[in-house]
Amino acid sequence: MILILAITIGCLFAGGFYLLLRRSLVKLILGLILLSHGVNLLIFTMGDGVRRGAPPIVDKNGVAPFNVADPVVQALILTAIVISFGLTAFILTLAYRANQVTGSDDLDTMQGEG
Amino acid sequence: MANHLFLPLVVPLISAALSVLLGRWRFVTRSITLAAALFNLGYSGWLLWLVSSTGRQVTQASAWAAPFGITLLADVMSAVMLFLAALLMFCTIIYSLLTMEPEYEQFFYYPLLLLLLLGVSGAFLTGDLFNLYVWFEVLLISSFGLVTLGSSRAQLTGGLKYVVLNLMGSTMFLIGSGLIYGLAGTLNMAHIGERLITQSEPGLTTVIATLFLFAFGSKAALAPLFFWLPESYPTPPPAVSAIFSALMTKVGVYALYRVFGTVLPGELVRLAPLILALGGLTMVLGVLGALTQTEIRRVLSFTIISEIGFVAMGLGFASAAGLAAGLLFTAHMMIVKTALFFLAGAAERVSGTGDMRRMGGLARREPALATLWFLGMVALAGIPPMSGFFGKLALLQAGVSQGHYLISGLAVLVSLFIFLAILKIWHEVFWKKPVEDQSQMPRLAPAILIPGALLVILSVVIGISAGPVAELSTQAGTQILDLPGYIEATCGPAGCDAVTSRLIK
Repeated sequence: MILILAITIGCLFAGGFYLLLRRSLVKLILGLILLSHGVNLLIFTMGDGVRRGAPPIVDKNGVAPFNVADPVVQALILTAIVISFGLTAFILTLAYRANQVTGSDDLDTMQGEG
Repeated sequence: MANHLFLPLVVPLISAALSVLLGRWRFVTRSITLAAALFNLGYSGWLLWLVSSTGRQVTQASAWAAPFGITLLADVMSAVMLFLAALLMFCTIIYSLLTMEPEYEQFFYYPLLLLLLLGVSGAFLTGDLFNLYVWFEVLLISSFGLVTLGSSRAQLTGGLKYVVLNLMGSTMFLIGSGLIYGLAGTLNMAHIGERLITQSEPGLTTVIATLFLFAFGSKAALAPLFFWLPESYPTPPPAVSAIFSALMTKVGVYALYRVFGTVLPGELVRLAPLILALGGLTMVLGVLGALTQTEIRRVLSFTIISEIGFVAMGLGFASAAGLAAGLLFTAHMMIVKTALFFLAGAAERVSGTGDMRRMGGLARREPALATLWFLGMVALAGIPPMSGFFGKLALLQAGVSQGHYLISGLAVLVSLFIFLAILKIWHEVFWKKPVEDQSQMPRLAPAILIPGALLVILSVVIGISAGPVAELSTQAGTQILDLPGYIEATCGPAGCDAVTSRLIK
């Protein structure tokens, strides 16, 4: 399981960084989205359920319950998803406005002056 | 339990919501905003007094015992930063009331300012690493709104760079927090600090610390991650530039000091040479940028970068004296830089341009403005009795006493060049003969100078009362490095692991 996740995360990061280095604004944003998915999966693998087989939960007798996943990483990922969703919506709007004003999708020709 | 620590978060949040709801009545929105900032100012002044006299103040959200819940913790560094943030926000709001165009007010300018204050205050108070990430996002999204509110071409393209590079920084921060949860099994800062003292994988900790250095360094505009700053700071109205210069990079500085000073002191020692090198690079590149610019607020933006190098140098000394000096310098720089942005905005207003080649003659036309600028410039250069002198003196003392001669010498040299860059503004804008016919240009309303004057006076006051201020910063510096005290304040005298093992048999 952890190997498959590691490969997936690696692919997401590689693809994300490749797209970030492109000149097109849309590809740059797609890169950011891929990167945020990669980070979410990375946090998921950090959960004790995946790494050590036991989540940080105990019942009232102090015994770890069986077959329970780590809730902390799920909470973290959920928060990160919500935040990246909001930011993606914002940056897409911003890119759309910038495209309207400058008439370009190319980061090199999109300069402040002129 | 110091539950009052929630007040500086709750008040701006509710006020922001109210001023959106009541946005139709301009007077109501303005009064609510001013009242909220005034409340935060008064509260944080009281908190600073409380913390410096009785020690750290702690509260746990929903009374979940640390390390299970989210901790809010105020020590001297948090309280000082909280106070300065509230003070500068208050001055910015006054300045905005006097200068801001009505279109901005229509599009929720004041609620965005309040949400920025909320995010910054939360970041200064939280004792939880992931919560710090959330506060960063809160303040970032409000700053995204503020920087692009005018929708001009320069604002949109500058804003895009700002957004993308800050999102990269946030992503690195998130990766670091995820990895540290995997390593330490906790996100409470005190608990992380406690567990990482005795963990078996030092290499992994260094990797995580480097990710944090990248993340906070990009927020603080440390070389080579500062390119978003000069693109985005000069494009919005001067009030927004001023509050950005006051708060945005300083939150990054605070996070660097908190995470490296308190949570990962071992990594601070290990990465100190790297931090010093980056600090030196930041100083030099920033001042070189400042010397080549011809637009008044662009020059100021580049000098911010250069001064961030000084602050990073204080961190790189990895000692209580270095951290204290860095903090003192940060406080000075927040106050003086904001004042200079206010005054630059006023100068642009009467000249109708921010291009120094087309300005001139303001020393004769607006003597009050020129006098204030001169005082601010002297403070920035570090000439006694202004605040800049003591900040730089403390930094150099810490550097020389620890044998860091090279970087200390570089700091002196860079200081001279910063003075040169600011002197260029003085010469071009105030001293030289006007380039164009200025008889048609507007006169300055004296009220606009009030916020800037207030901050310049504060800089003089800090310079004159340097003794108590230096004592306060020494207290803060010692407290930052006092991890056992931080753990005790958060989880109790036995430490955080004692709390968790009491629950797990």
